[in-house]
Amino acid sequence: MKFGVVVFPGSNCDYDCYYVLSQVLKAETVFIWHEDRSLKDCDCIVLPGGSSYSDYLRAGALARFSPVMEAVQEFAESGGLVIGICNGFQILTEAGILPGAFLPNRGGRFICCPVYLRVENNQTPFTLLFAPGEVIKVPIAHRQGNFFIDSLHQEEVKKRIVFRYCGPQGEIDSCYNPNGSWENVAGIVSGQGNILGLMPHPERAAEKILGSEDGRRVFLSVIKWWEEKKWK
Amino acid sequence: MEVTNGENVAKELGLRKEEYEKILSILGRVPTPTEIAMFSVEWSEHCGYLHSRKWLEVLPREGKFSPFWGEDAGGIVYDGLALVFKMESHNHPSQIEPKQGAATGVGGIIRDILGSGARPIACLDSLHFGPGEDERSLYVFRGVVEGVAFYGNCVGVPTVAGELYFYPAFRGNCLVNVMCLGIAPREKLTQAKAQGEGNYIVYVGNKTGRDGIGGCSILASQEFGAEEKRPSVQIGDPLAGKCLVEATLEALNTGYVVGVKDMGAAGLTCSTSEMAASGRSGVEIDLDLVPLREEGMEPWEIMMSESQERMLLCVRRGYEEEIIQIFQKWGLEGEIIGEVKDTGKVTIKYRGEIVADIPALELTRPPVYTPPRERPLYLDKVNNFSLQSISLPSNYEEILLRMVSSENLSSRRPIFEQYDHMVGINTVCLPGSGTVVLRVKGKKWGIAVTSDCNPLYCYLSPREGAKMAVAEAARNLSACGAKPAGVTDCLNFGSPEKPDRYWQFVEAVEGLSEACRFFGIPVVSGNVSFYNENPEGAIFPTPTIGMVGIIEEAEKAVSAGFGEDDLILVLLGETKEELGGSEYLRVIHHREEGPPPQVDLEREKNLQELLITLVKEEILSSAIDLSEGGLIMALVESSVVGESPRGAIVDLECLGEMREDALLFGESGGRALVSVRGEFLNSLQRLAQEHNIPCQVIGKTGGEKLVIKKGGKLLISLSVEELKNCWERGLGE
Repeated sequence: MKFGVVVFPGSNCDYDCYYVLSQVLKAETVFIWHEDRSLKDCDCIVLPGGSSYSDYLRAGALARFSPVMEAVQEFAESGGLVIGICNGFQILTEAGILPGAFLPNRGGRFICCPVYLRVENNQTPFTLLFAPGEVIKVPIAHRQGNFFIDSLHQEEVKKRIVFRYCGPQGEIDSCYNPNGSWENVAGIVSGQGNILGLMPHPERAAEKILGSEDGRRVFLSVIKWWEEKKWK
Repeated sequence: MEVTNGENVAKELGLRKEEYEKILSILGRVPTPTEIAMFSVEWSEHCGYLHSRKWLEVLPREGKFSPFWGEDAGGIVYDGLALVFKMESHNHPSQIEPKQGAATGVGGIIRDILGSGARPIACLDSLHFGPGEDERSLYVFRGVVEGVAFYGNCVGVPTVAGELYFYPAFRGNCLVNVMCLGIAPREKLTQAKAQGEGNYIVYVGNKTGRDGIGGCSILASQEFGAEEKRPSVQIGDPLAGKCLVEATLEALNTGYVVGVKDMGAAGLTCSTSEMAASGRSGVEIDLDLVPLREEGMEPWEIMMSESQERMLLCVRRGYEEEIIQIFQKWGLEGEIIGEVKDTGKVTIKYRGEIVADIPALELTRPPVYTPPRERPLYLDKVNNFSLQSISLPSNYEEILLRMVSSENLSSRRPIFEQYDHMVGINTVCLPGSGTVVLRVKGKKWGIAVTSDCNPLYCYLSPREGAKMAVAEAARNLSACGAKPAGVTDCLNFGSPEKPDRYWQFVEAVEGLSEACRFFGIPVVSGNVSFYNENPEGAIFPTPTIGMVGIIEEAEKAVSAGFGEDDLILVLLGETKEELGGSEYLRVIHHREEGPPPQVDLEREKNLQELLITLVKEEILSSAIDLSEGGLIMALVESSVVGESPRGAIVDLECLGEMREDALLFGESGGRALVSVRGEFLNSLQRLAQEHNIPCQVIGKTGGEKLVIKKGGKLLISLSVEELKNCWERGLGE
């Protein structure tokens, strides 16, 4: 299978994702420039973290108008696999591909640190290598990670939560919520389950030397899911 | 060319009368306003190092790791890779407009590294402010941190380490020293030169506006007076900065770029004249081709502007379109504004007329000044501290809690968590856990980085303080197992025109030089910032040391936290009965007095070698060097920073008979606190003896409390949780 990492002006985790996919996991991976209209026959598109357009206006608000986003939208609607990490998640919500919106962190500051996540749903292409309820450690780095969903859609989105911020033993409590996110949400999937948006950076936890390998299983899940689908 | 009353204009722009006369003799005529402007910035203290150049020549240039020097930054070569690094000050702009001052400081140093052809991979910030209780200082401090986060977090270079100190002496003049480290295959290093007649001079990046005009000559080369200087501060654009990094590296990769230089201080003037001078050629520039953001800019304004996110390239003729397209793809300007000539001159045209025509070499050869210097009178007064003059505390627990929550000793987590310190996925030892280590992808070895300087020591003794700064930085690197490999310095002082300040400067440079030479560490780059004073006086002299080290196996890097119970705690080095210059004396007894700890370079060097060997042999479970706050702060930090904090039981009896407060809080140099498993104790003791380093077993790890005894007397028994809470809340919020 082939991964495509989209490069927006100001993406800064694009190379990190590329490195983990191509060098650590040895998966075929290409960069896709934000002005491209073709997704180069990729099977999974990664919208990496960073500050696309420096997040002028609002995080992700300008990147969604990039030409490549039309192709991503189409790809996503036809069931293609898309992962939006951090700024990539923000772009997906700005584009309406995933529900919700992001507010500035509770406390108003940028925050970069490792956090614990509880895997709420392992029945997705992105989490099938995790045990249900498993606690994993992955870093966050954002200023606007406070996920917000209006009351009309809360019931629906609740079913789609994949990762929640938690304590070391999996406790869900507001004291383990780094940014004030609704329901401690750290990651959700689309209704069909083919699009994942998550604020933490799995590519920063994909090698032992970086202190955690939990994040690599997000990408390995995708590869496994794809391989199995191929043989079905 | 128009003729003006040059002498008055020159004076306005900060040039001296004798300098103006020198300009007359260089040109053989009266200079134009543009020429005066160009000389004023090139010959400013900030760009020209007028008062410092003579002394910087004494700095050592030899080292174990092949050092090299570029125009804007230097470095070392290891395993075929060049590590390029430099530290630079942005003190004056940050004092006036904290957020933008700091942000553009970050942007500027990143472009300096980029100009050498290296990819920037890490930033460090050494920050000094007035005390937080002071409203203006707090505002400056918060603004600076916000600025570093604003720029650093967008630009994709992790901010991995630094320092943060508060002293009353920085009330009117903060220090913002920013260091950047870059990496490149050795053969990809680029020079800042214009060469090859007919090659094009290409302007890339953002447009030029009126921001920052005279930033280096007027702002950074004079003391703060009463009047406002806001308009001179530049505005940062991190998105353009990030795109400029990518576009420049892509352009350099084509092989068609002859030379490249950042347009930082003194903007176009500096980049054109220095590129021409180092290429031993001339350049002809047409200002009508420079992309401008504002209308009606005068030629001298264009030449002096310090607008951010701009670089100047010398491109091989015939390949200019290819290069320009790269920058346009990244949404940046790319314009041919001139070409290389064999005139040896910087020739500037504007609306068809020549507005400046100066020999490049002369322009880049500013005068050297060595005015009189004099040992300051305050030194005798502040170095008379005697231990007898302070009474022994009755309650060490209360004192310790005050110390751990004090501004200078408390946890820096609230600050470094605001910086993205992980982007690039190289940070293998994170800030807050000991020495920061970066891996190099595809290599076994790693890079350790640190910055150090204790301004109070330097105030009490500029020479010893500077030596200690080098020793402390080297000790810090070796604690994780890294060999000190190279130094960049950022020398912050008051006005060189005042004999006592100038004396401090020369003393510090000599001390710095002596220590670096002794340890065999080359000084590969640096920056001098004078005129750090305001009507209340000068700052503490602060020669900030940025040091880079190599650890052969990054995976073996040792951090500070106690990793398990029942580890044996060992203090390496000798504890003397001294408290001069200590944080204890300052925070608890409100005395900024010395003498500061004396540096024993031989012992320091032995300790460095011992620590490096111990890490290599995988003997240590944890290691931390002792510095501000002494032994007790090392114990507290090691207790609280680990994955799962744990306490220790310590007995100080074996360290000899002396005052308890000196044992706990004294800041004798040349010491480190390490922990080992029982089976390694013999090897540790044998190696310590071989390196001639005193080695004392002082206790063992475990339990929920940090318990400190001296023989039968219990000095401290506090829960690790309480210590951690106090330590982490020291900076408020």
